Amino acid sequence: MKISFTINGENQIVDVDGETPLLWVIRDGLDLKGTKYGCGKAACGACTIHVEGNAVRSCSYPVKMAEGKNIITIEGLSTGNNLHPVQQAWKEEVVPQCGYCQPGFMMATAAMLSDIPKPTDKDIDQNIINICRCATYYRMRKAIHRAAEIQSQSPSL
Amino acid sequence: MFSFITLGLANYSLIVKQPHSTIDILSSDEISSDDPNAEKSFDMMMEVLMHKRCVNCHPAGDTPLQGEDSHLHNFGIVRGEDGHGLAGYTCGTCHQEENNKISGVPGAPEWAVAPAEMVWEGKSRVEIATQMMDPARNGGRTPEEIEKHLTEHELVLWAWEPGIDAEGMPREKPPVPVDEYITAVKNWIHAGAIIPAQ
Repeated sequence: MKISFTINGENQIVDVDGETPLLWVIRDGLDLKGTKYGCGKAACGACTIHVEGNAVRSCSYPVKMAEGKNIITIEGLSTGNNLHPVQQAWKEEVVPQCGYCQPGFMMATAAMLSDIPKPTDKDIDQNIINICRCATYYRMRKAIHRAAEIQSQSPSL
Repeated sequence: MFSFITLGLANYSLIVKQPHSTIDILSSDEISSDDPNAEKSFDMMMEVLMHKRCVNCHPAGDTPLQGEDSHLHNFGIVRGEDGHGLAGYTCGTCHQEENNKISGVPGAPEWAVAPAEMVWEGKSRVEIATQMMDPARNGGRTPEEIEKHLTEHELVLWAWEPGIDAEGMPREKPPVPVDEYITAVKNWIHAGAIIPAQ
């Protein structure tokens, strides 16, 4: 089955079983390894990407549903040499420990900030439901507030 | 003697007969308030509407229910303003337009939590039916629109195609076959949507 979509600004056509999880197409087909496999049942959030601007668990998203859609992965979050506010804040706060789950957290955070530019701690608790086994939640909370601050200074983002 | 609460509804002239149904759909002229068929239709419809496949998405609180034991949805998921979750995750973050056979995540078009005024969890069948037909608590729906929601909405009919869970176990379906349920809903509404007192 041929499926066409845009990923990180590039048009792609893949020929694959339509039921294949989009995650496998991204990682193994397109060699974009930033998006991670965690649980395989849409529970942990490690595989979070954006489809049409919304956070989506790519492990539980059949590639056939990506037809004609605009997809962004962690590799496409920044624009040119400019880090996305979430990436900048993650660096400043040195959030990652082992780092495996962080791309998913960053994509979920970017989705949240697009709708909630100044999230409260409660907003963060309710919106960011991914799982980090290194328990970096405290640093992530600081980074999310910092990302909101950076974003507010870069209104075009 | 069976007693009734009668809601004021327009007469229905449309008669639909489904050849595979065990109960024929009748026009309002054919059903009176003491027609045992109306009572049977109500009973059958409510057996479905009070099943976990329906009630899980009509929770008493802001968090939907899930699973065969109707536990609170994992991860502290909440309804959000539009019933589709929050900015960091929507229902569509995990639930797509069809069941996912690989991950076990259920899906259907317009996956959502019912609005807060449409709570079914913990309510009696009379309370549920009464609020379901009350425009102030049913999203302003007419009886025709309620009938359409109950019998045609893909999200509702998903209950009979609920797929498998993450462990590969089939989800339980409502206790009434879908064609009999649809017939019962139509019969009940065409007969005037009469709700028993208890």
